[in-house]
Amino acid sequence: MFETLSDRLTSVFSSLRSKGRLSDADIDATCREIRIALLEADVALPVVKDFVARVKERARGAEVSQALNPAQQVVKIVNDELIEILGGETRRLRYAKTPPTVIMLAGLQGSGKTTLAGKLAKWLRDQGHAPLLVACDLQRPNAVQQLSVVAERAEVAVYAPEPGNGVGDPVAVARQSIDHARRQQYDVVIVDTAGRLGIDQELMRQAADIRDAISPDEVLFVVDAMIGQDAVTTAQAFMDGVGFDGVVLTKLDGDARGGAALSVRHVTGRPIMFASTGEKLADFDAFHPDRMAGRILDMGDILTLIEQAQKTFDEQEAAKMASKLVSGDGFTLDDFLEQMMMVRRMGPIKNLLGMMPGMGQMRDQLNQVDDRDLDRIAAIIRSMTPGERQDPKIINGSRRARIAGGSGVTVTEVSNLVVRFFEAQKMMKRMTQGMGIPGMPGGRKSQKAQKPKKGRRVSGDPRKAGQAKPGSGTGPEAVQPPKGVLGNLQLPPGFDPSKLNLPGQN
Amino acid sequence: MDGYLGIIVIVALVAVLAVGGLFLLFRPKAKDLPPVEAPPEPRAPGVEEPGKAGLGEQDGGTTTTLPPPAEELLKPPAIEVPPPSAGRMVRLRSRLARSQSALGKGLLELLSRDRLDDDVWDEIEEILITADVGVAPTRAMVEDLRTKVKVLGTRSPEEVRGMLREELLAQIAPDLDRTLHTRAHGERPAVVLVVGVNGTGKTTTTGKLARALIGDGNKVVLGAADTFRAAATDQLQTWGDRVGAAVVRGPEGGDPASVAFDAVAKGIEDKVDTVIVDTAGRLHTKTGLMDELGKVKRVIEKRAMVDEVLLVLDATTGQNGMRQAQVFAEVVNVTGIALTKLDGTAKGGIVISVQRELGVPVKLVGLGEGPDDLAPFDPEVFVDALLGD
Repeated sequence: MFETLSDRLTSVFSSLRSKGRLSDADIDATCREIRIALLEADVALPVVKDFVARVKERARGAEVSQALNPAQQVVKIVNDELIEILGGETRRLRYAKTPPTVIMLAGLQGSGKTTLAGKLAKWLRDQGHAPLLVACDLQRPNAVQQLSVVAERAEVAVYAPEPGNGVGDPVAVARQSIDHARRQQYDVVIVDTAGRLGIDQELMRQAADIRDAISPDEVLFVVDAMIGQDAVTTAQAFMDGVGFDGVVLTKLDGDARGGAALSVRHVTGRPIMFASTGEKLADFDAFHPDRMAGRILDMGDILTLIEQAQKTFDEQEAAKMASKLVSGDGFTLDDFLEQMMMVRRMGPIKNLLGMMPGMGQMRDQLNQVDDRDLDRIAAIIRSMTPGERQDPKIINGSRRARIAGGSGVTVTEVSNLVVRFFEAQKMMKRMTQGMGIPGMPGGRKSQKAQKPKKGRRVSGDPRKAGQAKPGSGTGPEAVQPPKGVLGNLQLPPGFDPSKLNLPGQN
Repeated sequence: MDGYLGIIVIVALVAVLAVGGLFLLFRPKAKDLPPVEAPPEPRAPGVEEPGKAGLGEQDGGTTTTLPPPAEELLKPPAIEVPPPSAGRMVRLRSRLARSQSALGKGLLELLSRDRLDDDVWDEIEEILITADVGVAPTRAMVEDLRTKVKVLGTRSPEEVRGMLREELLAQIAPDLDRTLHTRAHGERPAVVLVVGVNGTGKTTTTGKLARALIGDGNKVVLGAADTFRAAATDQLQTWGDRVGAAVVRGPEGGDPASVAFDAVAKGIEDKVDTVIVDTAGRLHTKTGLMDELGKVKRVIEKRAMVDEVLLVLDATTGQNGMRQAQVFAEVVNVTGIALTKLDGTAKGGIVISVQRELGVPVKLVGLGEGPDDLAPFDPEVFVDALLGD
């Protein structure tokens, strides 16, 4: 169900093993998978068709046949093309020559306009502007109040002369707000309008009236990253009805792949200017086309994982965690507990593991993984004495029974945890001696030669991952994590995804 | 950046240690999470008299708000008596048909062609995909139709229509139980918990549902457990005042579980028929917020049974809807889906996968912004509207 594109492509490419170049049939097969990947990312069908046709054309071109690894090249083309379309023309907000600059927000119900208004206002205020929020959503119950509260949190002014809940004329409010802003010396006016459907003629006309009344410098179309195939219809309806200059993508903190971004960009040609990534007012950022491309394609790559880590921890915390690992022997159950809790903060463990390269083959097992398992492990560790956590070797039979009783698990579970811990410790020792974590102290290049699997390193081809069938791996040398197209980051070689797949192994 | 690479190792390590380890083990038998303490005393009922809605709300501060028109809100709003819910779907049929006709008509037209070659089947597939049905279910459906067409041989328009109707109905699984459990059992009111991601229309659905239930002659208490979003409580209060349902509210930023508990307590005290608890929108990826939701449900269960957990899904949602449904189902055991915003151009095809994969039936559909635009879902009427007359 939730296969990533890299999983799919792995299966396509496994048949291409020795081919130096791609035949038309290979390209078709690859494109079919890309098509499905895009459709499952909610990119609208007409857009997918256009897009795949373009990719096909480029893939047939000379650049592929001459490339070292053609199959990878196709994916690279897709990625480049995506970035190009998504980020073709990035631009900043246009400010009016004579203030106030007027920004109008429009979109479907529930796309997050009011919240976004607050975020935008805060962002502008932090840049030294004096924004004014205008409540023109007089439709939804208490939308006006919501905007007032949001404004207060963002510490900006709000203009809300009408109570809302169906009372008042939004066009008049919008018109008056400009004068109000001029009088009060606000230099940016953000007009929050009611959510409306593309097919609602009456409300669309109202939006157009508001637009005509205030002649905004920017009309921003606010769209939910979770929207599906309807994105095209909706975007087109707003384009025709109100017209907009830029797009804001909201709710990107979820796990929707956000194909809508591509659809909207493709259909309307308007750039995506901002991304909203959380419920707090500060969770607001400029749009990054490269990240979005990876997300839409769902390469299941390590960059996403790192990005998620970056969002959750600051550099210092991360460095601290990493340094603990290098110390090898000094790694205790306490450290492990701490790290486990940190990892939990990054989101469901299932998602995180899914992002590790090479995990695609064990998606089924992954689906059984439950965050509550982590809780149970935490309970076991917390039932140990500080001494035991420092030195698990002292845990004998009676201690085990006590720990099991304390954490409400069976004795077997406790012993298994301890055994696994020793194994992990060993694994880490090997890692620190042999390899070093990339970026950690210690030269990497020279050490690489010590590893038996160095030969594999040359190709970085996803199909390699296909060779390493889950369960068949008996040691670290069995699985070479494929490099994502998006980056040449390598997994710390000590890590072995096949370790995960224990039922088949032991 | 380098530091973060370390994190990846750690993720791997945690995986190996924690998850890997557990694969070996016997899963402990439903040793459930430690019981959650009941919230402190049900506080002095946080219920406000209808009419005080939206007052005392953050006036002042740095805003230049004109004073909120308190006077207007102060006079108790006239309590409307909404019409009963029976036959609503039929009344809303025209609206449904407006959004859906493209789907049904397009399919019907294609299937009635003389020759059904691969191109036509591709087009049929496309129509389904553009309705957000998803790639895999679409393929299954097209495969089914192909076989049927082969078996059928000749096709008159009526036959095709019948076949399509049957196929669509089969996808929507008409035999699922779609009754909304809102009848009080004895002393205890029925409890409906409304959940979903942000911006799908939970509060609006809660309001409409309350209205519909009152229209049917029930007594309803609303629990405003969305203590997070600015003015969400007021939004619900406005709905409550309109139909004369008491609204239990807590302080902004307070514990939603305690508000839910209070709401249920009040429901029991007032001997109402149904308590509807509106929760804050939360993305299913936020572990902490999902835990909070689990707690809301557990805490309610201290006082009463949760009869119905309604997941509100936006019809415009694409394939992510499946993920949402899965995660919410894991955490609070969703018993029904309310599909909102179906009056737009979106087809809400995602519910087909959700129903099939999770077996959770669509129970309600939202068809507009009007207070009575919520209808019980009727598969037959739905499919008929899809296909047009």
